[in-house]
Amino acid sequence: MNIRALNISKSFGTFVALRDVSLTVPSGRLIALLGPSGSGKTTLLRVIAGLEPPDAGNVFFDNHDITTARANERRIGFVFQHYALFRHMSVFENVAFGLRVKPRATRPSRAAIKERVMSLLKMVQLDWLADRLPRQLSGGQRQRVALARALAVEPRVLLLDEPFAALDANVRKELRGWLRRLHDDIGITSLFVTHDVDEAVEVADEIVIMNNAAIEQVGSPEAVRAQPANDFVRHFLGLP
Amino acid sequence: MQYPSARTANKPPSALSDPPLVRYLLTTIAILFLFLILVLPLILVFASALSQGFSLFFAALRDPDALAAIRLTLITAAIVVPLNTIFGLAAAWTITKFNFRGKSLLITLIDLPFAISPVVAGLIFVVIFGARGIFGPWLQAHNLPVIFALPGIVLATTFVTLPFVARELIPLMQTQGRDDEECAITLGANGWQTFRRVTLPNITWALLYGVVLCNARAMGEFGAVSIVSGHIRGVTNTMPLHIEVLYNDYQFTAAFAVASLLALLAMATLLIKFFIEHYHRRQINAGTGD
Repeated sequence: MNIRALNISKSFGTFVALRDVSLTVPSGRLIALLGPSGSGKTTLLRVIAGLEPPDAGNVFFDNHDITTARANERRIGFVFQHYALFRHMSVFENVAFGLRVKPRATRPSRAAIKERVMSLLKMVQLDWLADRLPRQLSGGQRQRVALARALAVEPRVLLLDEPFAALDANVRKELRGWLRRLHDDIGITSLFVTHDVDEAVEVADEIVIMNNAAIEQVGSPEAVRAQPANDFVRHFLGLP
Repeated sequence: MQYPSARTANKPPSALSDPPLVRYLLTTIAILFLFLILVLPLILVFASALSQGFSLFFAALRDPDALAAIRLTLITAAIVVPLNTIFGLAAAWTITKFNFRGKSLLITLIDLPFAISPVVAGLIFVVIFGARGIFGPWLQAHNLPVIFALPGIVLATTFVTLPFVARELIPLMQTQGRDDEECAITLGANGWQTFRRVTLPNITWALLYGVVLCNARAMGEFGAVSIVSGHIRGVTNTMPLHIEVLYNDYQFTAAFAVASLLALLAMATLLIKFFIEHYHRRQINAGTGD
């Protein structure tokens, strides 16, 4: 499933968050949206997710125009910076949520839900915490639960909004490598927002550098570093 | 620098600690004040109610007018509390989950009943629905009494108790933000599922708290109801109004008997509120230990 955003514009009052931005995420790739805060990267992610309606432009999943589809119809997985785990539900119930709210006709059986949730928790190596509440987990564990929850509904694309920004440095580094390996295993089209250059370079197949409501450059980490498109990119990447 | 003495050597002084004398003095003043202003009057209400013995006390409560007043108060609360619960939820949801023009105006408007005197609130409804009011003639022609009848009492009480639930919910829902709801939606939940499974469990305790306070005020409201009720004995007198009528008739024991019942209701409310807070705190503390 590829993602295409075409000529997206979005303003909040007088603040222009996105100015005629177009972006393609090829199927099965892991792409980083990199930029300073206020550059519009999170807004672009939220427009793709359906959490924010664009003022102009269209979003396509595999040539299907989904611009007017609601977020709950898009079959996406979204991971929030602050995890957004449901605090009153156990880890198991958090991961099961997306399956339990499905219409009766497509909802898996109780046993199937249990099996799926436990296999996801095993994948993120947290099956031993299934009965805990979110507040009993560490930040890194919480974000892994959030990822398992997002994947439970078998999303067509995975969108991550600064997924590691709230974690401390060691955990961040560990989870980066882990996300990369996970992506290699399941190959889901993924787009993640970050302001951390190292993170983008280390994890992503391709980097999209944003500044001031527009995209400055797109390319593989090596290509972008070898040939920065302009002074902003050069400075932002910390190149001489 | 040398701190004042009277502190044990191995206990570092806290920035907020005062000399013991000041502490005792302040505590004594606070307790004395509470006793004089809150506890003593409450005791006196019950003492006066029972001053002529239990038989007179119960006779006052079994009086048909008293029973009618109790019934009217309960009916009014039974209508008003659910109404304001639904309104409070809707208002808090709207204010915290959406951005729109006039949002801060709406928040201010919700506080209006707190700012305005209940008497004025009552008069507003007389102006609108009274015999010489805007809709009065039409209502009279269709035999739909509002003022001096149950609808007027319900309206006035609703107005006065409108902020309680919304006021409890708005700050809580604002700090909780929209992440949980947005997350539920990306996971495929519809609006109702999101509310039922994510929002409501997050606000249960604040909601209960607001409902309890709303109920207490709905049962105790005097000023606004006094204007719209017309004081028809056995028909449009709520408990607070009935107490006033008895008091003005020099039936002090009877007045205090009904007053003590109202005070009991208030104390029951406080007890429920206490348990909600207590239970909620235990819930929060449970599991944060490890």
